[in-house]
Amino acid sequence: METKIMKTSSLLLGAAGLLLMSAVSWGQMTAYQESQRLNMEAHVGKYTGHAKDAEGTYRRYCVGCHGVEGDGQGENAQWLDPMPRNFTLGQFKCRSTPSGTLPLDSDLYDSIGRGFDRSVMPPWNTLTNQEKVDLVAYVKHFSSKWTTEKAGDPFPIPPEPEVTADKIQQGQVLFQKLECWKCHGVEGRANGPSSDTLTDDQNRPIKPYNFAEGARQKCGSTDRDIYRIFMSGLDGTPMPSYIDNVKPEEAWELVFYLRTLQQKNAYNAKEKAIAKQLGLKPIDPNAPVPAAPAAPAAAPGGQQ
Amino acid sequence: MFSSRKTVAGFLLLVCLMFAGATEAHAIPAFARKYGLRCSACHEAWPMLNQFGQKFKDNGYQLMNDRDAPIWQNPAYWPVTFRMTPIWHRVSTGRVAVDVNGGTNNSEARIETSGFDLSGLDFHTGGTLDKNISFYLLPSSDSTGTFHFETVMARLDNVFNSPWLNIKLGKFELDNLLSEKRILTLTGNGGIYQTYHFIPVGDGNIFGQIGDNQLGLEWLGHSANDRTRLSAALLSSSDGNTNLITGSNSYTGFFTGSQAFDTGRLGVQRVGFYAMVGQAATTYLTSGGVPIPGSGVGNKSFSREGFVGQFYFGPHFDLTVVTQHGSDNIYFGQGYGNASDPNNGTAFSDLPNNTPGTVLPPTARAPSWNGATFEAHYVYSPQLIFIGRYEVERMSQQALTTNASDLGDLESFTIGYRYMPIMTSRAGFAWHNEYNWMKTDGTGPNPGENLSASELLLGFDFAF
Repeated sequence: METKIMKTSSLLLGAAGLLLMSAVSWGQMTAYQESQRLNMEAHVGKYTGHAKDAEGTYRRYCVGCHGVEGDGQGENAQWLDPMPRNFTLGQFKCRSTPSGTLPLDSDLYDSIGRGFDRSVMPPWNTLTNQEKVDLVAYVKHFSSKWTTEKAGDPFPIPPEPEVTADKIQQGQVLFQKLECWKCHGVEGRANGPSSDTLTDDQNRPIKPYNFAEGARQKCGSTDRDIYRIFMSGLDGTPMPSYIDNVKPEEAWELVFYLRTLQQKNAYNAKEKAIAKQLGLKPIDPNAPVPAAPAAPAAAPGGQQ
Repeated sequence: MFSSRKTVAGFLLLVCLMFAGATEAHAIPAFARKYGLRCSACHEAWPMLNQFGQKFKDNGYQLMNDRDAPIWQNPAYWPVTFRMTPIWHRVSTGRVAVDVNGGTNNSEARIETSGFDLSGLDFHTGGTLDKNISFYLLPSSDSTGTFHFETVMARLDNVFNSPWLNIKLGKFELDNLLSEKRILTLTGNGGIYQTYHFIPVGDGNIFGQIGDNQLGLEWLGHSANDRTRLSAALLSSSDGNTNLITGSNSYTGFFTGSQAFDTGRLGVQRVGFYAMVGQAATTYLTSGGVPIPGSGVGNKSFSREGFVGQFYFGPHFDLTVVTQHGSDNIYFGQGYGNASDPNNGTAFSDLPNNTPGTVLPPTARAPSWNGATFEAHYVYSPQLIFIGRYEVERMSQQALTTNASDLGDLESFTIGYRYMPIMTSRAGFAWHNEYNWMKTDGTGPNPGENLSASELLLGFDFAF
């Protein structure tokens, strides 16, 4: 009996020891990688951020959703919709750089301070500027992409022209030509025929943006923000980049038209007034489609 | 046999060690459940708020995204947290008047007690009724289970989409940057801020206690990132007691303002002020010699004002300083003012009543004093915080010229730590250890004797 117990105990102890050893060796490997990547820096304005200085801040504010490994698998992730960003992929929606490229440090910095509407990511604007830049460096340290690639070159955004009735109408034509309505709906209510079929690059269902609800977009509220979203696309989602298919002046026309789809807010008084004057009606998707620039492919990883 | 036992014991120890190393820090229940955020996002250490938590509170318990309205919550979500604290404590109180040899209070002794005990029970329920309409209810009991309403308020947030217009109505905590309701200490004397409750010896004004929740209407405005905060409240001078048991026409104003500054790696520093200016009744109608609650007139004035500073020295160490200058009308100094027991609303039968013709002693003066609270934290991690506090209150003018100049002066010193080994977004659990020592001058049974008391407390503080 005693021998049996001894044998069983020895086996169990051996198994536990093996488990412990493998855990230790795994821990050493990640610790090495961690130490290498913790040298990551970020630069925004006069601030230089250091990943190693943000460990405490990340643990306090971010780890619950984004996870210890930055893979978006924090303890609360299972309850969240949309899911938290997986930083290990090095893929970000809000960029001022072309689709498929890494964002600027300032893009990540702005995202942290602004938060994301239609998600539980709040604006972390109570943090100091230094803490936010440190966090940017820490976010970057999760993905090896930042060690092998540079951030994309930001695309230029020309000055915003004056809003006119003509431009709004041209924007509406573009809205139809580019088939924005297929996802966003003819009135921008996120109820287009494709809206229920969309998934992100993780094959998770995703909803198009509802212009008629609220004034804030995920990546900012100003006209320039809408322009940027439209031209950069939202990587990892079905929203493609239109930078190669739409001229800058056309993009501004589309921005003005999209403003008419929103509820009245601090940004669209002019557009709403002109639309009212024009008696602007929603597009008819069955009407002949004017010759239009070809719709581009979905954003990298996106499944449309 | 011995060898196999050792092997099994060794294995069990190994398993225990492995599990022990796997614990993590998480969140406070009610709002954490709603938003899926860790407790550490809003709390420097539960329950004390950090800058983000203060902003969340100032926004009416909203993150200010489109998920704030309750319609976004799972129907099973119920925004309730309860909190209770089973403890062991040892209390030592010096110079307690005792009866000996058949006499009454004819001697004094140090009383030392120790044993297991309970705190009261708090039911916190709060959140949003709709986007930009918030509420908070807090039925709270003492350790015997007798309940009262600690907080009952509804709030209109961001009126006209402006963070500068928030209106709160009900019974609520005053806008103190160093919140007593989120205090990190639990002992009898250390579990409150003495500066917030200081009353000179013999003074009848209980209405200037800024640590007590008050009944009234509050306006709060703040910048989008909460760096600038302003508030003003109109309160009934009742010290938060319902049914207008004192004067029905006496009001108090409470005003605060603060500005925070980004100082890089040091953190966010905040400096501000507060001022309470009020009037309270001193004259009551009586029935059978007992004052009739609510009949108070003959308002007299009082004020409390001071500066607040919250200073951070990097991610681990911070110091909060609150100062106070207080002054009461000469009548309060002679004991006029409160007519009822604040605990149960029962009218005092022996209350000094400022009836017409009342003549004050020739040595009477309006009492005034100065006080300060210094509270330091070392936050090793959101799971482990060390606390140190020193409070000092000094009378600058006694209510009677014949009083000793230091009568009622007070010093209190508290140290402790809280370790939160497991805090999930469903529950919080803390191991709490604290020691408090307090001394008041000249308040012993015999003239000129100082009183001192100390308390050692160990306990489990938990919320679900």
